[in-house]
Amino acid sequence: MKEIQVKKISDALRKACGEIAVDYAPDIVAALKKCAQQETGERSIEAMNMLLQNAKIAHQDRIPICQDTGMAIVWLRVGQDVHFVGGSLQQSIQKGIADGYTGNYLRASIVDDPLYGRKNTKTNTPAVIHMEIVEGDRVSLELMAKGFGSENKSAVKMLTPADGEQGVIDFVLETVKKAGPNACPPFIIGVGIGGSFDSVTELSKYALMRSFTESNPDVRYAALEQKLLDEINALHIGPMGFHGNTTALKVQIEEAPTHIAGMPVAVNMCCHACRHWKGEIE
Amino acid sequence: MKRLSLPLDEEIRTSLHAGEPVLLNGEIYTARDAAHKKLHELIQKNKPLPFDLKDCYIYYVGPTPAKPGQVIGSAGPTTSGRMDSYVPELAQYGMQGMIGKGRRNDSVKETIKKNHMVYFVAGGGAGALLSRSIIKREPVAFEELLAEAVTKITVKDFPCFVGIDAEGNDIYDLD
Repeated sequence: MKEIQVKKISDALRKACGEIAVDYAPDIVAALKKCAQQETGERSIEAMNMLLQNAKIAHQDRIPICQDTGMAIVWLRVGQDVHFVGGSLQQSIQKGIADGYTGNYLRASIVDDPLYGRKNTKTNTPAVIHMEIVEGDRVSLELMAKGFGSENKSAVKMLTPADGEQGVIDFVLETVKKAGPNACPPFIIGVGIGGSFDSVTELSKYALMRSFTESNPDVRYAALEQKLLDEINALHIGPMGFHGNTTALKVQIEEAPTHIAGMPVAVNMCCHACRHWKGEIE
Repeated sequence: MKRLSLPLDEEIRTSLHAGEPVLLNGEIYTARDAAHKKLHELIQKNKPLPFDLKDCYIYYVGPTPAKPGQVIGSAGPTTSGRMDSYVPELAQYGMQGMIGKGRRNDSVKETIKKNHMVYFVAGGGAGALLSRSIIKREPVAFEELLAEAVTKITVKDFPCFVGIDAEGNDIYDLD
């Protein structure tokens, strides 16, 4: 049995909230720079220049890249030999997010009731928490700050086995076309394939957590990621929707076992401000 | 680049072309989803509005909180389409223009054409950069909405593009 203070969870999340709001991951900056070189239109060049300049200002002034500093999504993988001490684990997660948002001057974007009340909770909580018990005595903690301009354009569809690869491609392209300029291209696109109606959406979100330097470890899915990226960029929606060669920076697929009758597919659209962090708590 | 001083004379508004870059100067109100709903409810109830809509410009933005010493936090545009259904009503009260990002529906385009209004598109995801062009901010209404409150901002050389011009041409439909 290994004891872990829950305060370590709050502290790690508080710090991570502040960092990912102002600094792009290095792989995204590299991808933006590379794509900026490929633009030829007056407005698409200007759009990429604005994004790169914005990244520089955000980093220097410690001001958020985007005013939508997102809804906090937390993944926690807890070793079964871990014993949390010092208070409630759930509360420590929420406290980490609340302190991270209020303490770092990030936007409180969460309302208490979706339909009737819609009163701002002022702390950007509650965060969405995904928790899993795994073997061992380690705790892995991951955070995403998901913007809703792109979240609103995400979609799920229950394909059938007969739809095959082309069915997946058609649905992803249809979703990206519908997102168009509204969801802040260039995008990063998380695709979940398999599982069930509920789990496929989480799969598509978790796909966004992967670093750009990694492709899907299965060569068939890695090839599909590249094929989708090429076809999405051939749509020429372009940076900020001003047409051009960069509609998406990366497509990331996560797959899972599914039912003999089905092939659920989810597409989690993400703008270029794909903010995520990963850490180990000891 | 064309430097515009808000509000704009009709002659200037009708001379703008979708796609051209401009720099905005002057006073603009901030309002997004929740504030639009409240304005709509006040209009429905025949109650006084918290600011004069005549010749006004509305920026769809919910900024991050200002740090001490800052005028405003990160302040890029939010998706304009969510405010589409409110536009014809606000236009009746004299709203002259909007600033946001993304496509508008046909009803908004018709309203823009009919009233010789203008829709500007600012850089989506460039909130840190755009905040530098906002030099003053004061509260106006609905402070309980926090980031969604209506405020009056003063902008200096705020960069954007003409999104939909008075003839109804759309930046997102250009080649």
